[in-house]
Amino acid sequence: MAKATRAAFGSTLVELVKEGVDVMAVDADLAGSTTTAAFGAAYPDRMVDVGIAEQNMIGVAAGLSLAGRTVFTGSFAVFGTGRCWEQIRNTVCDSNLNVKIAPTHSGVTVGPDGATHQMLEDIAIMRVLPNMRVLVPADYAAARAAIRLAATTPGPFYIRLGRATVPEVYNDDFTCDVSFAHVLREGTDVTICACGVEVAQAFDAAEMLAEEGISCEVVDVMSIKPLDEETIIASAAKTGCVVTVEEHSVYGGMGSAVAELLAEKHPVPVTRVGMTTFGTSGDPDELLAYFGLDALSIAKRVREVLGR
Amino acid sequence: MSGTLAQPLRPDGEIALVANRMRHDIIRMLAAAGSGHPGGSLSATDIVATLFFGGVMNYNPDDPSDPDRDRFVLCKGHAAPALYAALAEIGYVPREELLTLRKLGSRFQGHPDCHCAPGIEVSTGSLGQGLSIASGLALAFKLDAAGNGSAREKRVYALTGDGELQEGQNWEAAMFAAHRNLDNLTAVVDLNNLQIDGHVTDVCSLRDLAAKFEAFGWHTVAACGHDVAELRAAFAEAEATKGQPTVIIAQTVKGKGVSFMEDQCSWHGNAPSAEQAETALAELDQAEAALVAALKEA
Repeated sequence: MAKATRAAFGSTLVELVKEGVDVMAVDADLAGSTTTAAFGAAYPDRMVDVGIAEQNMIGVAAGLSLAGRTVFTGSFAVFGTGRCWEQIRNTVCDSNLNVKIAPTHSGVTVGPDGATHQMLEDIAIMRVLPNMRVLVPADYAAARAAIRLAATTPGPFYIRLGRATVPEVYNDDFTCDVSFAHVLREGTDVTICACGVEVAQAFDAAEMLAEEGISCEVVDVMSIKPLDEETIIASAAKTGCVVTVEEHSVYGGMGSAVAELLAEKHPVPVTRVGMTTFGTSGDPDELLAYFGLDALSIAKRVREVLGR
Repeated sequence: MSGTLAQPLRPDGEIALVANRMRHDIIRMLAAAGSGHPGGSLSATDIVATLFFGGVMNYNPDDPSDPDRDRFVLCKGHAAPALYAALAEIGYVPREELLTLRKLGSRFQGHPDCHCAPGIEVSTGSLGQGLSIASGLALAFKLDAAGNGSAREKRVYALTGDGELQEGQNWEAAMFAAHRNLDNLTAVVDLNNLQIDGHVTDVCSLRDLAAKFEAFGWHTVAACGHDVAELRAAFAEAEATKGQPTVIIAQTVKGKGVSFMEDQCSWHGNAPSAEQAETALAELDQAEAALVAALKEA
């Protein structure tokens, strides 16, 4: 059943504790929305709500981790990375702590809350940090796998979760490793690299284009740092042309990471599709169309790139 | 103090002597480095000395990562030389290595890095973050103790500057620590009333600091930050205070112990020249002689 990636947050933490993994969560007055409240209901001693204080949220998580706990932090992506970026940099990453930054409500698919609540720069500001790994799961199963991976791998992680319901991409038993990219659909004319909610959109675009005789390879670039260089380069070598799609700024996000990799190791034409402005209010589907991030818009961009 | 990691109780005069030795080390390492922060290191020295050598903190001199140790978070990370001097005094690091301070390849960065030298609990230096970290540690130790009735509840000590309290995150942490009744957390404010741009009271005054902390739910104790007996009494009162965290507001003099540095804003972030260091060390030698004489009399 299609669910939001955030729905995996609290439930996966409950699962992990049941399996004997010693995890805690710290949230900042958004526990209901991020779903860490469900974890707190099951394990009150493992859930800390610091109130509306994201900088303290990171500091408290750091302290708990220094005492041996594996700690996940919540809040919304704009506050849970932006308001406390320097705390994440200087306390979590510099000390290489076992803190997993996993806020929800990333991207324009936050919907009606509008621009101030739609985080579009988080991948950029997280991936630039030493010691930080960055995962952008495409669906509920991938989010669950990302949380499980982060919980059992020492050191800082950023896991980008979303509010909107997204179609199923993977089976429930999906697992991944730290550097994960996956060819979801094979093709020969163009590679579409996508992450998060854009994976399903890219897949739909590829289906549309197939009917026109355009063969798209769709790669889910779930791990943006480290990149699965081999998978991405192999696909670029095969198709000779890459389009990246993300509900994030084109500056510094997944598209930038892929472009950097290909520029250095296997230059091919790259077109980045993403955001260059702030978002606005609307329903998630409307917003994806409005900002050129839905399947129709992606198909159009691919045609342009291929000159068809 | 209870627990197997309790440190020996030494007379106040001995602690003052240790602090004097640490001041020597601070001046020597800063002069060798050619940069760094003497003022705030010297104002904090007696507090750090009392914590580590006055029988306040539980730790293992043979194992800096002993899991049962209390924790010290140097919120005001620019006072790193005071911490490094304490680490040498404990024996975690060789004293002469302190002279590599701030040099390429040194274990002693300009601000503390927890991956470099043993005994540094967490990287600090960006002001305002330490009290949150200390609160998380204290909470974890409370949860640990609750889960294991026989275990000693470990304590956490956080040393902040007064200018540092202008950072809003401190007050998020203050609210949180009181809300969570973290009575195993003791903060010490090194109240030297100087920050880079001038006197704290001129730049952006903290006004009635005790009243602020009390309003947030903390127990407050005032002490002279250069009087070992007063500091010890304050730490004892903090440990005896149940149900709320304690802050010791320690009145200090920036640059304490080196007359030409005392209460001078300009010595916040400037290292002494070789000549100035010589003058400072001579002054500390005199103070040492007086302390030794006083100890013999006692």
